[in-house]
Amino acid sequence: MSSSKQALAHPASSADAAPGDKPGAAGRANGRGTPPPGSSSWRSRLYRWDMKASPYAFISPFFIVFGAFSLIPLLYTAWYSLHNVQLANLDGQTWAGLDNYENLLSSDFFWNALWNTFTIGVISTVPQLLMAIGLAHLLNYKLRGSTVWRVVMLTPYATSVAAATLVFVLLYSWDGGMINWLLDFVGIDPVNWRESDWGSQFAVSSIVIWRWTGYNALIYLAAMQAIPVDLYESAAIDGANRWQQFIHVTIPQLRPTILFTVVVSTIGATQLFGEPLLFGGVSGSKGGSEHQYQTLGLYMYDQGWIIGNLGKASAIAWSMFLILLIVAVIQLLISRRLRKSQ
Amino acid sequence: MTATELTTPQSTEPVKTRRERPRVMGAGKQLHAGPLTYVVLSLFALLSLAPLVWTAIAASRSNQRLAETPPPLWFGGNLFKNMERAWEEGGLGTAMFNTIFVAGMITISTVLFSTLAGFAFAKLRFKFSGVLLLLTIGTMMIPPQLAVVPLYLWMADLGWSNQLQTVILPTLCTAFGTFFMRQYLVQALPTELIEAARVDGASSLRVVWHVVFPAARPAMAVLGLLTFVFAWNDFLWPIIALNQENPTVQVALNSLGTGYVPDQAVIMAGALLGTLPLLIAFLLFGKQIVGGIMQGAVKG
Repeated sequence: MSSSKQALAHPASSADAAPGDKPGAAGRANGRGTPPPGSSSWRSRLYRWDMKASPYAFISPFFIVFGAFSLIPLLYTAWYSLHNVQLANLDGQTWAGLDNYENLLSSDFFWNALWNTFTIGVISTVPQLLMAIGLAHLLNYKLRGSTVWRVVMLTPYATSVAAATLVFVLLYSWDGGMINWLLDFVGIDPVNWRESDWGSQFAVSSIVIWRWTGYNALIYLAAMQAIPVDLYESAAIDGANRWQQFIHVTIPQLRPTILFTVVVSTIGATQLFGEPLLFGGVSGSKGGSEHQYQTLGLYMYDQGWIIGNLGKASAIAWSMFLILLIVAVIQLLISRRLRKSQ
Repeated sequence: MTATELTTPQSTEPVKTRRERPRVMGAGKQLHAGPLTYVVLSLFALLSLAPLVWTAIAASRSNQRLAETPPPLWFGGNLFKNMERAWEEGGLGTAMFNTIFVAGMITISTVLFSTLAGFAFAKLRFKFSGVLLLLTIGTMMIPPQLAVVPLYLWMADLGWSNQLQTVILPTLCTAFGTFFMRQYLVQALPTELIEAARVDGASSLRVVWHVVFPAARPAMAVLGLLTFVFAWNDFLWPIIALNQENPTVQVALNSLGTGYVPDQAVIMAGALLGTLPLLIAFLLFGKQIVGGIMQGAVKG
């Protein structure tokens, strides 16, 4: 892993250097731009052109796809969010100004969806990452059949949202469901996992937790294996036991990786869609009979493609983006504060 | 994630002086797992596998038996009957073919374009390369929800609603793939090799074909597997872009699950069928996929 860390130092340095480069200096600077001696001037010109143009040709597919299917649509979504666009009448768009946004801000369902996205995000992300760290710590021991353990922990990742959720719907069903049956076994009253407020949110979160814990554990494991052995040696000499080593060496060393997984999980939680949709069955896009687990992603789908108001759906999409940006800024501030305090 | 945050911490001076002292038993060495570790890991393994095993159990039962308490804990004899019904009633045949086609096209193009772009970012010097790389990484922050309304409208305009190219086109190339290949090629592809080819007068395409592709092959395989898993399981855009007549597996499973008179055993058979190809791939290439995630995700 240490070599991969070296690789990471590269983008920052080249990013710093790039704006200062003089035109044409880049090709000569690395000494690779010189054509083979003795070739004709036509060939050498072609060669030099190839040297200059090919990097851009190689990266252009990504930027074309990104531009055509992400960047331009992103701007168009903003445009549509200021219009009245109905699914039933796609050509009859009319200017609506900020109507869609005002409509959202005064809608209880929007605030409900925002709140649900937050609570489901917290109860799915926090336990998931805590368990993943613990799991990674265990996987970091010398294990018999270590690869087998890792593959087994990752199998839920290979299960699709649709297949996983359909199974969990059955496991959580009110009567005859495996989970209520097990609860009954230990003397706990059955929970109405689909209708109750916190029960349904917990059920939806558990699907997320099940699918992603192993994946995050592998990310932590990779980072743990890159921690220098010296640090543990000196901690042991200072008299730290295993638990203290974990708290005072492993966790601080994992800090950047933890931040990374928190960012990725937050992005994922903001967009949560498939799990609650399928968990709700027929009333999926409503997020349950009382909208008790309707997330922002579901709300957008419901408004856009079930009710048919694509202008409003665009406004919801942009709200999601703004919320993500706010979250990103908060996370940046927290990580900066943490780094300063160290 | 900025690059500086992930640089390896350097061992400091005090550590070196301490090292000269006699080693403490067990310190620093990778320790063998105790019995408790195996117990906890087995519990996690059980939790990971149980829902999948139970899918198979439920798929092999009848609908009535699933509704009874206690739920069935062992296999029944209806597996193939239920699978056949799911295949026909859920339209899983078309769905399976569509998904293999879509995921296959996405995988081929993503691996190809990511290798080219990754090579350029890893080994070629060009103006704005650093800025463009940061931009590439930054695009991973943009949620797919922000594009679906215009994409839907455009595809409708083109008369492409419910056609597979609507699903394939937006994913022809990914930021993750580009960055993954870049990180691999930075270390796996010796710069001298490229320089040698250059001195021999090789064009960029020849360098790519004879030097870059052979060096990148292991990472291309891993990226291919990760992309295939991603494309197979993608949900949001397919469910908007495709209808029940021409679905991918995920869209078909959704309509199977939202049927008004659901036969749970058949739904479970469908869920099993929809996951089976990936599970088989996982059994065959699990080690590579695990390695790929451990290698790629930390840097992501």
